[in-house]
Amino acid sequence: MLKKTLYVQYTPCLVVLKIIKHYQEEGQGNEVVQGVLLGLVVDDRLEITNCFPFPQHTEDDADFDEVQYQMEMMRSLRHVNIDHLHVGWYQSTYYGSFVTRALLDSQFSYQHAIEESVVLIYDPIKTAQGSLSLKAYRLTPKLMEVCKEKDFSPEALKKANIAYENMFEEVPIVIKNSYLINVMLWELEKKSAVADRHELLSLASSNHLGKSLQLLMDRVDEMSQDIVKYNTYLRNVSKQQQQKHQYQQRRQQENIQRQSRGEPPLPEEDINKLFKPPQPPPRMESLLIAGQINTYCQNIKEFNAQNLGKLFMAQALQDYNN
Amino acid sequence: MEAIKTNSTCLSHRAKTPGAVQPRPAGAPYPGAAFAAPPPHSREAAPAASALPHSAQSPAQPARTRAATPAAAPTPPAAPAPPPAVPLSAALSGPFPGGRVVRLHPVVLASIVDSFERRNEGAARVIGTLLGTVDKHSVEVTNCFSVPHNESEDEVAVDMEFAKNMYELHKKVSPSEIILGWYATGHDITEHSVLIHEYYSREAHNPIHLTVDTSLQNSRMSIKAYVSAPMGVPGKTMGVMFTPLTVKYVYYDTERIGVDLIMKTCFSPNRVIGLSSDLQQVGSASARIQDTLTMVLQYAEDVLSGKVAADNTVGRFLMDLINQVPKISPEDFETMLNSNINDLLMVTYLANLTQSQIALNEKLLSL
Repeated sequence: MLKKTLYVQYTPCLVVLKIIKHYQEEGQGNEVVQGVLLGLVVDDRLEITNCFPFPQHTEDDADFDEVQYQMEMMRSLRHVNIDHLHVGWYQSTYYGSFVTRALLDSQFSYQHAIEESVVLIYDPIKTAQGSLSLKAYRLTPKLMEVCKEKDFSPEALKKANIAYENMFEEVPIVIKNSYLINVMLWELEKKSAVADRHELLSLASSNHLGKSLQLLMDRVDEMSQDIVKYNTYLRNVSKQQQQKHQYQQRRQQENIQRQSRGEPPLPEEDINKLFKPPQPPPRMESLLIAGQINTYCQNIKEFNAQNLGKLFMAQALQDYNN
Repeated sequence: MEAIKTNSTCLSHRAKTPGAVQPRPAGAPYPGAAFAAPPPHSREAAPAASALPHSAQSPAQPARTRAATPAAAPTPPAAPAPPPAVPLSAALSGPFPGGRVVRLHPVVLASIVDSFERRNEGAARVIGTLLGTVDKHSVEVTNCFSVPHNESEDEVAVDMEFAKNMYELHKKVSPSEIILGWYATGHDITEHSVLIHEYYSREAHNPIHLTVDTSLQNSRMSIKAYVSAPMGVPGKTMGVMFTPLTVKYVYYDTERIGVDLIMKTCFSPNRVIGLSSDLQQVGSASARIQDTLTMVLQYAEDVLSGKVAADNTVGRFLMDLINQVPKISPEDFETMLNSNINDLLMVTYLANLTQSQIALNEKLLSL
């Protein structure tokens, strides 16, 4: 599928700032904000050079044509020499919960159209805690194939050998700026007051931790429900197998009896028509949930590591003082 | 596309609505940029000069950059200057009472520089529209987009259709933004600016004009904002004067963090950085605090040894700083610390457990 793997992305600061600003202004609360990334592909790099936001879906904009908005934006941007090639999209996330069906579908359609497209996930809450959290993901080729088939039954997934770990692959991001932007940044640094950047070192973490754990618990609940469903399915299948066996045996017995009586044997009925096999539950959901749980756990662990470091530092300072 | 033609000698053909600003007579010295109202310039220059007290008070200061005090406080010699009320501009009505401050977000600057880098061949500068919101006392510029235009000796053509279209599109995303004015790259205000400015005064009430000096005059990229004011002898030919405004940079919290990260690219050789891991960030943040603390200590030493005159406001800030460290007995601190560490360890253990659980589940299902 892919002739070259993309190792790295160059994202100029403009894109980063625009994404941050868009979330800040429009996306308070649980809503996600989305937008389109523009850029081009150079060698083995995907360069993202600009972006523009998507308006929110509101009820009174029922006939709002998203495609038209996009087309117009791109056309206008072309006039001012901004790269108008679609290379992906971005989305904000709430505490890291972005592995959803919707994301998968959108990313699949993007990647189907443009091979190297990525989805940039921006986590504003983690950023507000002090470290810019921007990650880029693409679907693995295996997952792409499965999505193309639209076949999410357990057998197909087993065949493709997909585990929740290789659903998304993360592409490293590199921020690269031109010299002129560097000059501008120096200007900014001189002119702007040194605001407090202390959030990173704050020791109060219980709020964030509590929230993440809550989300994790919800997901685990969903996961267990899913497992129960799968178990019932398996049980149904085995029950049905048993029933089939019984039916076959009875049939054979009857046939023997009839033969002994000299009557023609009963026609062999199609067993499958009698016993409809139960529907296997779609495995995609559980894969997604597993992937989501995995992401949550990763995030929590990272966060904890950070906090442990901070706590040890505080302890060292306290010891030093005493 | 509306084309505005200006003939350098004629001024009568531009009689538009009465009371509107008319072009200055040809040959008259261009007043705008040269008009040096001392208070705003000194206020802008002073914060750069007195770097030490400015940075010394920063760790103690929990206030946001929005408060005007950070810029005004560290210039004790220049008493808090009264708003630069040039007499004529006081007559200007509109949402700009005296002491006009333009608050600029860095995303706007990045966008301007980016469109400058992508300009068409032969274009000396780019122009575009500024969007944002108006507050009671200040104007906040949060977004912008560039507008194609052509400039030659005699005429200036601006694609206003395009500008209107883009504005409509932008409004769909952020309906609270209005057109605030326009920007241009380049280090000075030219004649064409006057005309373009007039176009924008049709769109917005009292538009702001922002110049970003991309030609790097004086080895600085100076960023200035202006408001136009009519001037001249009443009854005779009127002209336009651009009054400078103070420009302040404001950030949302997340923006601040993003900008900090991006600023690191200034230091790397090929202007490239990756996103660092969490512990590295904690390390760098503590290094920063350490630096600022050393600066504060240095300042205190200097004052003690008499090298620097003591300043009461800085002293008060230092008092606040020291009082912020809470007084806890060591045992209490130990218990708090330990319980916190235990919590974190437990959560890490649970997270690992969950991960291994789903891995197991995966394996089982694929049997």
